[in-house]
Amino acid sequence: MPVKRAKTAEPVQKLYSITEGTVIDHIPAGQALRVLQILGIDPGTTLLVSVGMNLSSRKRGSKDMVKVEGKLLTKAELSKLALIASGATINHISKGKVQQKFLVEVPQVFIGVAECQNLNCITGHQPVQSKFYTIKQKPLKLCCVYCERIMDGNQAVLR
Amino acid sequence: MGANRGLMGRDMLSMQDFSKEDILKILATAKKLAKIKSSKVMQGKILGSLFFEPSTRTRLSFESSMAKLGGASVGFADASVSSVTKGESLLDTIKMVQQYADLLVIRHPQEGAARLAAEATDKPVINAGDGANQHPTQTLVDLYTIQQLHGRLDRLKIAIVGDLRYGRTVHSLIHGLSHFSSEVFLISPDALRLPESYREILYRGRIRYHEGKDFTQLLPDLDVLYMTRIQKERFADQSEYQAVKSSYALTATQLQRAKPTLKVLHPLPRITEISQDVDETPHAAYFLQASNGIPVRQAVLGMLAGVLR
Repeated sequence: MPVKRAKTAEPVQKLYSITEGTVIDHIPAGQALRVLQILGIDPGTTLLVSVGMNLSSRKRGSKDMVKVEGKLLTKAELSKLALIASGATINHISKGKVQQKFLVEVPQVFIGVAECQNLNCITGHQPVQSKFYTIKQKPLKLCCVYCERIMDGNQAVLR
Repeated sequence: MGANRGLMGRDMLSMQDFSKEDILKILATAKKLAKIKSSKVMQGKILGSLFFEPSTRTRLSFESSMAKLGGASVGFADASVSSVTKGESLLDTIKMVQQYADLLVIRHPQEGAARLAAEATDKPVINAGDGANQHPTQTLVDLYTIQQLHGRLDRLKIAIVGDLRYGRTVHSLIHGLSHFSSEVFLISPDALRLPESYREILYRGRIRYHEGKDFTQLLPDLDVLYMTRIQKERFADQSEYQAVKSSYALTATQLQRAKPTLKVLHPLPRITEISQDVDETPHAAYFLQASNGIPVRQAVLGMLAGVLR
């Protein structure tokens, strides 16, 4: 008869709990600082922010996490997050409880969120928004609609 | 000839936008046009010719094609004579010019310019070359010529030689060839290898392809040898350029070991990559290829304008 093993409990890793705002969980390990950059959280911020990096994760082995009091993510920020943290979980917190939870999904088209790496692309020389098609989700590969060059999502330079 | 609803009103920006059926229809129309002395199907229509990058050959080919169909051309041959010098954006330039024309042709030094131009107008836009990206009408001329000389586009052995990395004619040609089951040989110096995204196109099209640095060994078996110019400006290290440039030059002596039916193509202008003595051999097809620019561009203009089937 096979021996039933007890589930290994996840080590307790506490971040400051927020009451109204956003928790971004299951960020790929090491990417939290880029997430802060996307959210416009810089050294001068007055927002209450809690950051965990390289936390243990049953799902992924290790992960980062960001909690921001008093902030909900915009559509543009969600698009940018999809470039570096697709599969992360967004939790909207209100009165200290999770009110809404959804995954960061990779859209079919990214508009105006990243720069084309091709220095000779027309988007770097004319007043026009960049546009990329998603041609592969994992690993993320994008194709510039204009110059047709393909680039890795995690090398995207954010606008 | 009636209107072709299939291509009418469409842009021609990149070969990736065209199916095998589209390509074959254009080639068939070009073949009919090659037999006609004159036509007035484009009478009353105007082509807006916007060459932000100088080009004598392609621009004259388009303007001549338009004139031979009874149409007219307006535009500029150099960005320095346009309002671009005043800092006008490309979108504004197109929005202005498209009021004076029924269709537009654009050549620009930056990749993606033609696709951006197409966003500024509902009128058909033809890409005559955008940076190192695409040159779709050149590919149609190339395919037309291959079909004319060999009677088919599949079951051929085709070598593409030279600057595969930055050559827009090569990039467009790869898209075009991906629809036909011929075997492709990609011959270049390491620094000018075909980018992975284009090798991926051949792979997805299930086209058998090989990479190498020497085309001379292939000559006894090849049906088509497509030569392109290697520009010394592409090499950061000039000694590397000096080392490779003679390996990618074709001579009549080398062609002595070629199959009698081998045809040599080149999008022109050729500089040192095909020596003058090749011109006198039965293999030289690049001048025929250049002359095919007229019926093929006539077909493109007429079909996008909706006056040719």
